[in-house]
Amino acid sequence: MNAVVVDHLSKQFRSTVALADVSFSVEHAERFGFIGPDGAGKTTLFRILTTLMTPDQGRARVLGRDVVSDLWALRTRIGYMPGRFSLYPDLSVDENLRFFASVFGTTIEREYRQIAPIYSQLEPFRDRRAAALSGGMKQKLALCCALVHRPEILFLDEPTTGVDAVSRREFWDLLDTFKQSGMTILVSTPYMDEANRCDRVALIQGGRLLAIDTPQAIADSFDRPLFAIRASHRYQALKALRDWAHTHSIYPFGETLHYADKRTDLPADQIAADVRAFLSSRGFADAAVEPTRPTVEDTFMARMGAPESVRAA
Amino acid sequence: MTGTPAIVVRDLTRKFGGFTAVDRITFDVNTGEVFGFLGANGAGKTTAIRMLTGLLAPTSGQAAIAGHDIYREAENIKRSIGYMSQRFSLYEDLTVRENIRLYGGIYDLTDQQIRERTSRMLAQLGLEHAADHFVRDIPLGWRQKLAFSVALLHEPKIVFLDEPTSGVDPITRRQFWELIYEAAGRGTTVLVTTHYLDEAEYCDRISIMVAGRIAAIGTPGDLKKEFKAASIDEIFVRLARPTAESEARQ
Repeated sequence: MNAVVVDHLSKQFRSTVALADVSFSVEHAERFGFIGPDGAGKTTLFRILTTLMTPDQGRARVLGRDVVSDLWALRTRIGYMPGRFSLYPDLSVDENLRFFASVFGTTIEREYRQIAPIYSQLEPFRDRRAAALSGGMKQKLALCCALVHRPEILFLDEPTTGVDAVSRREFWDLLDTFKQSGMTILVSTPYMDEANRCDRVALIQGGRLLAIDTPQAIADSFDRPLFAIRASHRYQALKALRDWAHTHSIYPFGETLHYADKRTDLPADQIAADVRAFLSSRGFADAAVEPTRPTVEDTFMARMGAPESVRAA
Repeated sequence: MTGTPAIVVRDLTRKFGGFTAVDRITFDVNTGEVFGFLGANGAGKTTAIRMLTGLLAPTSGQAAIAGHDIYREAENIKRSIGYMSQRFSLYEDLTVRENIRLYGGIYDLTDQQIRERTSRMLAQLGLEHAADHFVRDIPLGWRQKLAFSVALLHEPKIVFLDEPTSGVDPITRRQFWELIYEAAGRGTTVLVTTHYLDEAEYCDRISIMVAGRIAAIGTPGDLKKEFKAASIDEIFVRLARPTAESEARQ
């Protein structure tokens, strides 16, 4: 049986479409990621799945229960970490945790084994007010509070947003420690590179799912050869290539530019040679052009089409 | 590089009680440079930026922003800089046009200057048709581009960008960086913070703060050679301490 089954879910807020006909399912013990920018619909989806909001159309079942008609049966079995920091800033680390445990009729002591991997990192600061914690540590406390009633499924809405690269990595490592427990985890993030920490991901933009698959399959679905270009005057090289007749796409990617060609019938080495010749003719004699493997981010950009536009009045 | 650097910082320090948030940092940012100011949460970036923007007095050390001393000329500094943050920059309950007008007023622009710059800005951003929309009704990516342009409205010499692309889609993020390059090309100095370490590669030079000090500074290329690393991400993870250790500092 699947842990989550979502069937043609739609939700609208006045004229804004938050979710448009979204369908997917998540297997038991799977770590499933929703990758997309702010405003893509991730939070609305999580609120519906955690029974905090009702959809306009469509159905969703979590752990076999309908999220609308069966909400009371579901609530004690779900752990939810909202995107906005939702703990009590004036309470200490321990007080927050005790509060959430008591709401679910349990205690820190009884659940110690479940929360130990996280709680052991929080323990040195147990008397500190939640407001005085760093971003990374706040997220760990919120995760701990979401886990304290031993839920069967966990919803983490952007747990790593606004957190530095080191803390982000630590947070994902922490999630790995739950791998053996068989808990299903749905997690959302705007960071494309975090897709690789999930079993499967859905790319989400403007309330629509652009793709659902393993991160590797999504990266590999990029539909043409991709090249990494290194040049000393990168921005100028980008502008030159943007006006070239053969350019399909060109954009900065880390220390390189990523380039794809319109001609799909040419071998890769021929394309690379052509690009090199073009850049050389435009004065970029040092430009290096090498084939490169597409990433989830490349696929995301190829599939999202035009970025969100501002509607005409 | 020609002329005086836009930002000159010497042994700048800020203590809060017994805690040293910024510990004798020294660096220059050249005019027209895009400078990435990186560091883990709690490393002291925000405190440093608050001093450089004239909002917080240092405990010791020296700094000059666009030639103005941070102790004696804080008001001149505020007029010479623009500031934009992810958390706050525009008033959501005002329209696009009203936001521009408000900031124009704050910076003492004349009515004519405001009119001219408003139409130029709306045309550059392709936002003419949305001029009378509430800011809360336009997508985040556009809001961030508008906020950046508003931060440049009074034509500051230096602009400080605090996580300007947080949560923005990957295409808009790249469009935002083009706005940064264009501003730098016109001679504006840019100091930018980000948690997207691929964006560190887009900077002319970067610094990485660790525990209140600058642990590394240079061009992305030079730093990768120095640390024998494949990416800035790798250097960052190596330098920045695990969270538990930095937490104990707080």
